[in-house]
Amino acid sequence: MRTRHTLLGLTVLLVAGCASAQTPGPGSSQPARESQVGPAGAEALFPDPFPSTYKPFPSRTTLIRNATVLTGTGEEIRGGSVLLRDGKIAGVGPNLDVPADAVVIDAAGKWVTPGVIDPHSHLGVYPSPGIPSLSDGNEATDPNTAEVWAEHSIWPQDPGFGLALAGGVTALHTLPGSANLIGGRSVTVKPVPSRTYQGMKFPGAPHGLKMACGENPKRVYAARGPSTRMGNVAGWRTAFIQGQDYLDRWKKWQAAGSDPASRPARDLELESVAATLNGDMDAHWHCYRADEMVTALDIAREFGFRIASFEHAVEGYKIRDYLAESGVCSLMWPDWWGFKLEAFDGIKENVALLHQAGACAVMHSDDVQIIQFLNLEAAKALRAANEAGIPVTKAEAVAWFTLNAARAIGIDEVTGSLEVGKNADVVIWSGDPFSIYTKTEKVFVDGALLFDRAAPDPYLFGDFMLGILPGEAIR
Amino acid sequence: MTCLNEGSVSRPAMGIGIASATVRVGAFLLLVGWGGGLCPKPVGAQAVAITNGEIHTVAGAVIRGGTVVMEGGVITAVGRDVAIPAGARVIDAAGKVVTPGLFDSNTRLGVVEISSYEGTSDGSSANDRMTAAFNVAEGINPNTTLIPVTRVEGITRAIVAPVPGASLIAGTGALINLGASRLPEIVVKTPVAMYAVLGERGAGFQGGARPLALLRLREAFQDAMDYADHRAAFQAGERRDYSLSRLDLEALVPVIRGELPLVLQVGRASDILTALSLKKEFGLELVLSGAGEGWMVAREIAAAGVPVMTEAISNLPSMETLGASYENVARMQEAGVTLILTSFDGHNVRNVKQEAGFAVSYGLSHDAALRAVTLTPAEVWGVADRMGSLEVGKVGDVVVWSGDPFEILTSVEHVFIEGVEISYETRQKALLEKYRSLEGRPPWR
Repeated sequence: MRTRHTLLGLTVLLVAGCASAQTPGPGSSQPARESQVGPAGAEALFPDPFPSTYKPFPSRTTLIRNATVLTGTGEEIRGGSVLLRDGKIAGVGPNLDVPADAVVIDAAGKWVTPGVIDPHSHLGVYPSPGIPSLSDGNEATDPNTAEVWAEHSIWPQDPGFGLALAGGVTALHTLPGSANLIGGRSVTVKPVPSRTYQGMKFPGAPHGLKMACGENPKRVYAARGPSTRMGNVAGWRTAFIQGQDYLDRWKKWQAAGSDPASRPARDLELESVAATLNGDMDAHWHCYRADEMVTALDIAREFGFRIASFEHAVEGYKIRDYLAESGVCSLMWPDWWGFKLEAFDGIKENVALLHQAGACAVMHSDDVQIIQFLNLEAAKALRAANEAGIPVTKAEAVAWFTLNAARAIGIDEVTGSLEVGKNADVVIWSGDPFSIYTKTEKVFVDGALLFDRAAPDPYLFGDFMLGILPGEAIR
Repeated sequence: MTCLNEGSVSRPAMGIGIASATVRVGAFLLLVGWGGGLCPKPVGAQAVAITNGEIHTVAGAVIRGGTVVMEGGVITAVGRDVAIPAGARVIDAAGKVVTPGLFDSNTRLGVVEISSYEGTSDGSSANDRMTAAFNVAEGINPNTTLIPVTRVEGITRAIVAPVPGASLIAGTGALINLGASRLPEIVVKTPVAMYAVLGERGAGFQGGARPLALLRLREAFQDAMDYADHRAAFQAGERRDYSLSRLDLEALVPVIRGELPLVLQVGRASDILTALSLKKEFGLELVLSGAGEGWMVAREIAAAGVPVMTEAISNLPSMETLGASYENVARMQEAGVTLILTSFDGHNVRNVKQEAGFAVSYGLSHDAALRAVTLTPAEVWGVADRMGSLEVGKVGDVVVWSGDPFEILTSVEHVFIEGVEISYETRQKALLEKYRSLEGRPPWR
C-alpha cells in the first residue's frame, strides 16, 4: 500500500503544472473544416436520396428547476433551471422565471444533463434478438464496401432503441461493422419510435465513412487479401486514389456545365470515397494500436480528408499528443481490454490521459447493454482519472458522453450541451449520473418527453416486443 | 513466476526449459512488476488490525466503528471492542467500508490471455464428446496478467469455469486464490462443480432440438449411474456400451450422487423448469446459470431450493430469453431464490461489482447483493467454513474500500488475501507509468 500511495502522490506533483498544457505538435493537424451540421448542402456531390422525415414529437414548454445542472460545457449549476420551449433550450441558469404556459418540474435532489449521445453503436443493424435473420451490420464480402449504407440495414423495430432512450440516449451513430477496410456509410439517428429509419434520421447530420484498421480486415480477408497490415494500408490508399479520380471527373463535368449528355458513370463505391474527399462526410476509423492511428493520420493528410473519430482507440494514450493536435476524437471504453492482441495494452486511464492532453475524449458503447449506461462508463473513467491524480470534474466528464460525442459525429452545433438555441435533448436523472444507483427519470428529445420512468410508453420498445410474453413484460 | 517475498528472482519452471532463459524472463517480469504478487504466507504473516471501519461481515449486522484483526492468515477477531495484538500493523479505516474479499463464481481467469487467440484459450473445448472429465484446473496459468488486474479491484476468490464449446457437458471448474501466484497453491478446490448446458446452445450441440439434448444428458446420467454400480463388471467387459468414455463416466459419478453441484446453463423459463425436473429425476445438486427468464418461474426455483448464478446487466431480448429484464435478480430474491451474482467474464471480472450495484439499482437489497458476491458463493461451492464472511477462524480475505464497494467512484484502498496485503502492481499499471508523461524523456522510454 505504501508504494501505491507514494506513486499517487508523485503523480499529483507531476501533473499539477501541466494539466492544461498542449503538447508540442508532432505535425499531424488536419485540414480545418468549419464545424457544422450536415453535408455541405448544395455543394455535396450528390443529394441524399433517403432524406430524414423526422419531425419532433409534440412538446410543451417545460421548466426544470432546483436541479444540479451539468451543462456539458464544463459548468455545474447547483439549484439550476433549464427551460425547454418549442423543442429548443430556451434558458439555462441559477434562476429562471416561470413562463405562464410552462410545465414546471421540481427537480430538487436530481441532476440534469444534456441527452446522452453514443457515437458508436450498431443498434438497428445488429438488433435484438441477435439472430442471423437480423444480422445486417457487416457486408463482409469485399474489403471495400464503401457503397453500402448502414441505414439500409436498420431495423426500426429493434427493441434496443427504446432501451437506449430509457438510458438517456437522444442520438446515436450507427455504423457498419469493422470487417472491411472501408465498411460503408454510417448514419446518425434518434432512438425514437418510427416505422422507418428515415423517421429516425437526425436532420442534417452528416454521413460518415466507416473504416477499419488492424486485425479485423486482415483476418476476414486472409485468403484473398488483405492479409497483413501493409495490405490494409495499400487497400485504403488504392481506394482513395480511385475516389480522387472519380471526384475529379465529376467536378470537371460540373465545371463544364453539367451537360446530361456527357454525365460520368456513377459508381456507389467510389461515390462514398469521393464524398469523403469532398468534405461531405468524415472518416470514422476503427483503430486500436497507436502506430496504426498515426498511419491513418498520414493517409488522411496524403489525400486531404478528415478523420472525425478513431473508434476504440485503445492505445490512444500512447499518442495523445498526435490526437490532441489533429483534433480527431477518440471513442473509448473505460475498461475493455485483452479480447484481441491489439487491445492488450488497454488501460483504465486512457480517457483521462487524453482529456488531460487536450484531446477530444469520448465514451462509446459498441454494445447493446453499455449504450444504456454510458454515464457509468464515464464514471469508471473518472475514477481512473481521480486515482491517477489527473484532475477532472464531473462537470467536465459529462462532456465525454454528451458534447464531445456530438462533436465526434458532427452534430455539436445543434445538440450535446445545454445552451440556449440548441435542441432540447435533456435528461433528468434521479441523482448524480456518476453513481451506480442513479437512473434516468425523464428523457426529452427536441423538447418532447419521450421516456418517463414513472410511466414508460410500451410502444417505445418496438413491435417485436408487443404481446410476445404472457402477462407483464418488464425490461 | 516466483513470489516476491521469497527473495529469489526465479527458478526453472517445472524443471523444464533452459534455466538462463527462465531467469531472464523472471527478471523482466520483476522489473515491470507484472504478476509479482506476494504469495500469501498464512503462517508467520504480520498481524493486521483494521480499525474504525464500517464492517460488513456479511454473516451478521454491520458493525460501525469496528475492528477486524488478522493473525497467521486468518481472522482472529471482529467487533467493536477488540484487543489489538502487540506488534500488529494498524490500518485506520475511519470513514471506510470493510468487507470480505469478493468472490466471483464464473470466470475465465487463468484460462484466457488474448481471447481471440486460441493458443491462450484453455477453458473450452471444440471436442464434441461429452467431456465431463475436462478439468479446467489443469489449464490454469497462474502468471496470467488478468489475475493482478482483477485482485487490485477487491476480488480475492474466483471460480474458473469451463465454457461449453461443443458438448453438452463442459467439464469441471476450480476455485482459485487470486493472491497465489503459482501452481498448485493457486487452486483452492477442484472440482467445485460440473458444468453443462441446455436450451438453444445445448440443442445446437445435439442436432438442434431441445428434446434431443435432454435425452443425451439423461443418457449420460443413466450411464454414469450404471457405471457407478458396476465398475468391476465394466472393467471385465460385462456391461452394455455406454455413451461416454470411462473417464467421463467417472467424473459424473459424484454428480449423479448429488455430491458435486451441476451448474446448468439455461435461459428460457421452460428450460429452467426442465432443469428443475432433471434435478428431481436424478437427485442432482443443481445450480442454474444464467436463468434470464428466472423471474417468470421464480417461485418454482425457490421451491426446488436451487441457487441461481446470474448477471444483473441483461435486458435485451434474445430468442432464448425474451423476458430478459434488469429486474430479474430482484424478482427472484423476492421469491426467495438463493442468488449468486457473477461477471461471467475474464478480462473484466472486476465488473462483478458493477453487476452487484446494478442489481441494487433495480431492486435487490444491498445486503443481498453483497452476500451474492461473498458468502452465498462460498456456501454454494462448499467453502463457507473457510471464507465468504468476516468471521473468526475464516481466512483473512479482507478489503478496505473508500466507500460503498459497488459505487463506480469508490476506490479500493487495501486488499488482503489470507492475511497478506497483495501487490498492487499490474501490467496495466506498468503501461500507465511508462506513458504517464510524454515529455522530458527519450522517446523509447
